[in-house]
Amino acid sequence: MSTSTSVAESYLNNTTDDPTRRAPLIVGDNDFHSVTDAVCGIIEMPKTPPAWWIAFFISVSLTGVLFAMITYLITTGVGVWGLQAPVAWGWAIVNFVFWVGIGHAGTLISAVLFLFRQRWRTSINRFAEGMTIFAVVCAGVFPGIHVGRVWVAYWLAPIPNQMSMWPNFRSPLLWDVFAVGTYATVSLLFWYMGMIPDLATIRDRAKSKVRWFIYGILSLGWRSSNRHWHRFEMAYLLLAALATPLVLSVHSVVSFDFAVSIVPGWHTTIFPPYFVAGAIFSGFAMVVTLVIPTRKFFHLEEIITLRHLESMAKIMLATGMMVGLAYSTEFFIAWYSGNSYEAFAFLNRAFGPYAWAYWIMVSCNVIVPQVFWFKKFRTNLIVLWVASILINVGMWFERFVIVVSSLSRDYLPSSWGYYRPSIVDVLTFVGSFGLFMTLFLLFVRFLPIVGMAEVKGVMPQAHLKDVAAQGHGDYHGDILTERGGVKS
Amino acid sequence: MSADTTTQETIEAEAMELHGLVASFDKIDEFLAAVAKVRDAGFAKWDTHTPFVVHGLDSAMGIKPTKLPFLVFGAGLTGCTLGIALQWFTNVFDYPYLISGKPIFSLPANIPVAFEMTILFAAISALLGMLAFNRLPQLSHPLHSSRLMKRATDDRFLISIEAADPNFDPIKTLELLESLEPLQVEAVEA
Repeated sequence: MSTSTSVAESYLNNTTDDPTRRAPLIVGDNDFHSVTDAVCGIIEMPKTPPAWWIAFFISVSLTGVLFAMITYLITTGVGVWGLQAPVAWGWAIVNFVFWVGIGHAGTLISAVLFLFRQRWRTSINRFAEGMTIFAVVCAGVFPGIHVGRVWVAYWLAPIPNQMSMWPNFRSPLLWDVFAVGTYATVSLLFWYMGMIPDLATIRDRAKSKVRWFIYGILSLGWRSSNRHWHRFEMAYLLLAALATPLVLSVHSVVSFDFAVSIVPGWHTTIFPPYFVAGAIFSGFAMVVTLVIPTRKFFHLEEIITLRHLESMAKIMLATGMMVGLAYSTEFFIAWYSGNSYEAFAFLNRAFGPYAWAYWIMVSCNVIVPQVFWFKKFRTNLIVLWVASILINVGMWFERFVIVVSSLSRDYLPSSWGYYRPSIVDVLTFVGSFGLFMTLFLLFVRFLPIVGMAEVKGVMPQAHLKDVAAQGHGDYHGDILTERGGVKS
Repeated sequence: MSADTTTQETIEAEAMELHGLVASFDKIDEFLAAVAKVRDAGFAKWDTHTPFVVHGLDSAMGIKPTKLPFLVFGAGLTGCTLGIALQWFTNVFDYPYLISGKPIFSLPANIPVAFEMTILFAAISALLGMLAFNRLPQLSHPLHSSRLMKRATDDRFLISIEAADPNFDPIKTLELLESLEPLQVEAVEA
């Protein structure tokens, strides 16, 4: 990993702000062809790098652990986990919320930043969307196996079953099925659609018949026609406009699982925005954790620039502050509401048996991001990378604190206890990282990890040379000299 | 340009059955100016091929706005209606659930599922509608055999004019394309 000093002086540093000039989104001496080469080069490498194989071997082994644990769970029963009454929701739900949250950064980058015309998103959106899909896959595993009798998991869906009963649509748990199901589907569509032109690029460069055939089918015969691009752009805009409320709804619905119950510490109206902010926070942290080694390893520093990382650090700072505000608001309301159960739940969180987890959460989520006030740290890759990992740890603990501290001390002191995960819990969670990394490594090796067509569109070469014909601002609104003859 | 003479000779000598002619450019400004000229020549079956969305190209070509948003809106409404109908049918009509004395049908509880169904239907229709309007997947097309087309997904901007266009004339159209000073012109077999 580069040190900050060497990067700060090199041409790779595009973080300086000059009000008279837009900072370049792509640095170095790049044209359209060199971008194609840099991105396709990863897929076209004749030999897979040994480091990839090592990482893949470890990831696949961990995935094996995950499936072994799931098999053990299904053949034995949920008793193999550390669950107990009243802590009937343990690590499985913690992990579910953790992974779904991570996914949110991908949709935020691809959809929300698109609507806000944040053009820097183009270098990282494909990467983040891929991460979203893999995180949602990992998330989907946990509620699936948490139902206990997985062979009747289809009872979650409105499919006629042997009891002649329908699911209860007043239950937030069922809303969750629809929210996460829709989210997974729409994320996949968005990801795939954005990739079609890039898959066509790989097809057109293919040297082998096999690659030409596979990418040919995947790219659906895309011929870069502007009549097609026109509808493609509209579909992309529509999907972005649909995914934006969707991403906000998903973690809101996840938070309803808690907020609609009457458990102290869960029954709060602040949960939906608080969960969404936390989700974006953790998602950006995961993007940073993955993108720093990837850009270094595949030499993408000119495309995924220091400025991209700095922008992500700023978003982490903002969302980290929102999460911190939510933590303090919860305490204020616990006191201000005058509800003694609520007050107890929060004092118990901060000073009870799970205080250690609570303070890990506060340190990682509120204190760590404060380093991002300083540009020196925002542009220091080591600081950024370590902080992003700590934030991920903190966000996992946030969900742990919410789930376990509230459940382990409910209304009946006679049933209070101390929840401990079993080794199966731990190995299942570790295994889910294996699944995530396996999918991620396959993605990096076989699919374009940078949206080439989108990156090319924000390069200076993509815009008219004639200044008089240019629109305003960031190349927006470029027009050709005469529009009189255009009938549209 | 020697490359262009060869194109003309090929067309005449082999009397090849043309799909059309393709011209390539590498500068946006020259490309957009050329596109406007082809548009003004009054062709109907012609197209441009670019590695990314070129702003201003739609107006330079005179493309009408797509009807896709109407389809997506319709699909969204369908999803919303189905979402509410599903919840009404299952929890009110077919098997009424009486839960803690709550009303048997109350819209607020049905909003999340109706919302998700709206988004799901609209999003699927956006992708499938886009593909259907574009007549994709179309794995076999004469342009795929074009040599110049290989770089339309990389760094070249192309104009293609189909021989099926009523205004198409192998020699005159070739002259028109050459007058636009492209990098290369290629005749594509049908």
